[in-house]
Amino acid sequence: MLGKLGWSVIPFDQPIPLFVGAVVLVVILGVIAWVIVAGHFPYLWREWITSVDHKRIGVMYTLLAMVMLLRGFSDAIMMRAQQAIAYHSNGYLPPEHFNQIFSAHGTIMIFFVGMPFVIGLMNLVVPLQLGVRDVAFPTLNSVGFWLTATGALLVNISLVVGEFARTGWLPYPPLSELTYSPGVGVDYYLWSLEISGVGTLVAGINLVTTVLKLRTKGMTYLRMPMFCWTTLASNLLIVAAFPILTATLAMLILDRNFGFHFFTNEAGGNVMMFMNLIWAWGHPEVYILVLPAFGIFSEVVSTFSCKPLFGYRSMVLATMAICLISFMVWLHHFFTMGAGPDVNAIFGIASMIIAVPTGVKIYNWLFTMYGGRIRFATPMMWSIGFMVTFIIGGLTGVLVAVPPADFLLHNSLFLVAHFHNVIIGGVLFGAFAGYNYWFPKAFGFRLHEGLGKAAFWFWLSGFYFAFMPLYALGFLGMTRRMQHYDVAQWRPWLIAAAFGAILILIGIIFQVAQLVVSIRRRAELRDRTGDPWDGRSLEWATASPPPAFNFAISPNVTGVDAYWAIKAHAKQQDLEKREPDYADIEMPRNSPTGFVCAFFATVMGFALIWHIWWMVAVGGVGAFATFVAFAWRDHDEYVIPAAEVARIDRAIIAERRALLGLAGSP
Amino acid sequence: MNIFDPQGPIAAADKTILIDSIAIMLAIVLPTIVAIFAFAFWFRQSNPRAVYRPDWAYSGRIELVVWSIPALTIILLGGVAWIGSHQLDPATRVEGTGSPVRVQVVSLDWKWLFIYPDQRIATINALTVPVGAPLTLELTSASVMNVFFVPQLGSMIYTMNGMITPLNLRADQEGNYQGLSAHFSGDGFPDMLFDVHVISPLAFPDWVANTARSGQALNRDSYNKLAQQSIEATKTSYRLEDPELFGKIATRQIPPGPGPQLTTNPAKPAAGVGNAR
Repeated sequence: MLGKLGWSVIPFDQPIPLFVGAVVLVVILGVIAWVIVAGHFPYLWREWITSVDHKRIGVMYTLLAMVMLLRGFSDAIMMRAQQAIAYHSNGYLPPEHFNQIFSAHGTIMIFFVGMPFVIGLMNLVVPLQLGVRDVAFPTLNSVGFWLTATGALLVNISLVVGEFARTGWLPYPPLSELTYSPGVGVDYYLWSLEISGVGTLVAGINLVTTVLKLRTKGMTYLRMPMFCWTTLASNLLIVAAFPILTATLAMLILDRNFGFHFFTNEAGGNVMMFMNLIWAWGHPEVYILVLPAFGIFSEVVSTFSCKPLFGYRSMVLATMAICLISFMVWLHHFFTMGAGPDVNAIFGIASMIIAVPTGVKIYNWLFTMYGGRIRFATPMMWSIGFMVTFIIGGLTGVLVAVPPADFLLHNSLFLVAHFHNVIIGGVLFGAFAGYNYWFPKAFGFRLHEGLGKAAFWFWLSGFYFAFMPLYALGFLGMTRRMQHYDVAQWRPWLIAAAFGAILILIGIIFQVAQLVVSIRRRAELRDRTGDPWDGRSLEWATASPPPAFNFAISPNVTGVDAYWAIKAHAKQQDLEKREPDYADIEMPRNSPTGFVCAFFATVMGFALIWHIWWMVAVGGVGAFATFVAFAWRDHDEYVIPAAEVARIDRAIIAERRALLGLAGSP
Repeated sequence: MNIFDPQGPIAAADKTILIDSIAIMLAIVLPTIVAIFAFAFWFRQSNPRAVYRPDWAYSGRIELVVWSIPALTIILLGGVAWIGSHQLDPATRVEGTGSPVRVQVVSLDWKWLFIYPDQRIATINALTVPVGAPLTLELTSASVMNVFFVPQLGSMIYTMNGMITPLNLRADQEGNYQGLSAHFSGDGFPDMLFDVHVISPLAFPDWVANTARSGQALNRDSYNKLAQQSIEATKTSYRLEDPELFGKIATRQIPPGPGPQLTTNPAKPAAGVGNAR
C-alpha cells in the first residue's frame, strides 16, 4: 500500500535533522495557519499563487532562492564546523550524515538557490527592459516556477522522511547505483531534479522566445540592454543543456529501478559515459548561472557610473562567444581520468579560451567606470567586490585548466575554493547586486542602504576568510568531502575557514535585517519616480511597482540606453506634457494550472521515490488532466479598458511631475 | 602532504608548471585589480578633479588592447598546457636508476591493495618502493571510483572498475609519505589513506623477502574477504598466490565488490560504518 514507506524511515535516532525538520514543519504550519486565520489566503491565491504576471513570478522565484539559501548555508556551516572539529576524532556528524549534508548543500545551492535567483531576476526585469507587457508564455512561466518549487520541496522532505543522497552533488556511478547506494537518497536527488529540470527547461524556452520575439518598437538586437543579451545566451544554454541532464538522470533512474545497465559495473555499463554526459550539461550550467550575473553587473556598473556601457558590441560578442565555447570544454572536469595528452591539452586550451571573452568583460566594466561619476550604492559595492573577487577565481580556474597543474589540484579543496570563488563571487554577488538594484522596481521602495552595505562587508570578508584557507589546504594535499582527518597542518586553516563561515552568517543576518527594516520603514524609503537610481534602461521608465500592464503606451526605442535617451529628449523639448492616446490592453488571465500541476508532480515524485505505484498513477493522471483542462480553456485573456489605463498612467505622470516640480528642473 | 615539497620528478615538474602558470597570470591580474581600485576611487562622484565623460563608450585602441591582453596570455599558457600535457602524461615512462618496479593498484571499499606481480607479494594500505627506481603502476577499482594520489609524488589518477589506468612515478628521497583517495567513494572514504615508504634499493629486496615469508596468502578466497566493505586499520601483507589476480579483477572475472551489507530497514538499507573506526 505505501511502498517502502513505514515508520522506520523517520530518523528518530538522529536528533539534528529530526529537530530541524520539526522546527521547520512548525514554522510552515504556523505560517499557513496565520494566513488562513487572518484571511490572507484569497489574496495570496488570487494575486500570487495563480498569478501569471512575470513580475510576481520573478519575485516568487527570488523568494524561493533566498529561503533555500538559508537551508544551503545551514549545511555549509555544519560542514565547516565538522571539519574544524574532526581532527583525530569523528566530530559531531557521523559519515552517513556528513555525506548527505555536502550532497544536499551542492544540490540546493546550484539548483534551488543559483538557478531560481537568476531566473527570478530575468523574469522580473527582462520584459520591462524590452518594453513589453509580459513574457511569451505566461502560464508556462507559472508552471516552470511551481515545478522548481516541487523539486525544492522534495529535497527538503528527505530531511525527515528517509534520507538524501550520500554521493555528492553529482551522483557519479557506480557509487550512485543500487549496489552501492541502496537507500532512497539517490532517488530523492534524481526525482527532484527530473521535475525541477522540466521547470527550468520551460523557463528557458519561455525567456528565449521572449527575447527573440517580443521586443518593443525600435528595440533591435543591438539596442537591447546587456542583461537581455546575457539572458538570451543563458537561456539558449538552458534549452540546449538541460535535456542532457534530464536524459542522463533518466538513464540512472532506469539503472536503479528497472535493472538497466547504462552506468553499472556489470553487463557493459560505462561510468565514464556518465561523467561525460553529466559534464556536457554541467559545464554549460555554470555559464547559465554566471552569464545573467554578468548582465546584472553590466547594468549596475553603467548606471552607477552615470555612463553607457563601454564597448557594448564587444560585450555582446564576448557573451555569445562564452555561450558557444562553454559547450566545448566539459572534459576538463576529469583530466585525471587518463584520457591522453592530446585530448587533455585540447580541452585545457579550450577552457582557457573562455577566459579571453571573460577577461574582456572585466576590462569593459573597468573602462565603463573610467570617466564616470561613480556612486557607491549597495549594488555598486557588490559589483566592485565581484570584479576583484572574480579575477582571483578566474586565475585559479585557468590554473586548473592546465592539465599538469590539475594533476595536483583535482578534487582538492583548491578546486572547492575555486568554484566557490566564481559562484559566490560571480553568481551570488551578482544576484545580490540585482536584488538591491531592482528591489525598488518590484516593490516601490528601496532597501536600507546602511544595512545593505554592512551585509556586503561581512559577506565579502567572510568569503575571503572562508575560502582563501581552502586554497591553502589544496596546496597541502587535502581532498574534498573528508568527514575526518589526521593531518595536523590542516587544522588551523579549517578553523579559519569556519570563522569565515561565521562572518558570512553575520552577513546573512544583516540581509534579513535589511529586508525587515526596509519593509517597516517603507514609507520613508518609497520610490515615487519609478527611477530611484537615475537608470538608463526601460524598466525605469515605468512606475515602481509597475502596473500589471507594465507600460501604458509601448515605448519607442531609438538607441542603446533607451530610457536615458528618453530622459534627455524630454529635458530638451519638454515633451512629457503631451497626453498619449490610450488604448485597451489585453492581459493574460490568472491560472492555477502551474500550482495544481506542481501539486500532482509532488505527489508523483514522492510516490516514485517510495515505490507507491497507485500514487504515481494518481499524480500522473492528475498532472495530465490539469494540462488537458488548461489546453481546453476558452478565455485566457482579460481586457483593461483604455479609461482604466489612462487613470493609472495619469496618476503615475502626475506623481512624477510633482516630484520634478519640487526638485526644480529634471 | 605539501605539494610544494615534491619528492619526485613528476611532482616537481607539475609544481613548476603550477607556479609558472600562476606567475604568468599574476602579471596581468595584479595590475587589473589595482586599476579597479584606482578607477573606482578616482572617479568617485565626490571628486571634483575627475573629468566626467558622460558619453564616452568606445575606443578602438582600448578594445584592441583589452582583447589582446587576455588572448596573448592564453596563447602563452596554452603552450604551457600543450607541452606540459605531453611531457607529463601519466602513461609516459619515467627514467630512473635500477630496474623498474611494477605495482598493480586496486582500490577497494575502503582500502588500497598493492600487488607486486614480479615479487609475488601484496600489501594493504602501504606502498613500499625503492628510491630512484621507475615505478610503473597499473590501477583499477574493485567497486566504485577512487583517485590514487600521493601529493608529494604528483599526478593523481582515477581508478575505475573494468578499466586499467597507467601511471608512472618516481620517488627521489627516502622517507615516509602519505597517500590518499582523492575521489569520494562512500562512508569509509576519509580512511582510504595509505603510507608510502620509500626505502633504499638495497633494503628493497630484504623487504620483499620478508613480506614473501608472510603467513597469509592472497588468492581468490582471501581477496573476496577483502572486497567486503571495511576500514583496515592494520597494514596486512600477503604472499601473492595467484599472479593473474589483478587481471581477473580488472576484467571482472572476479565480480566487483558487493557494496554495503543490506538491512531490513527500507530507509537505511545499508549498514553504516559510523562506529567502525
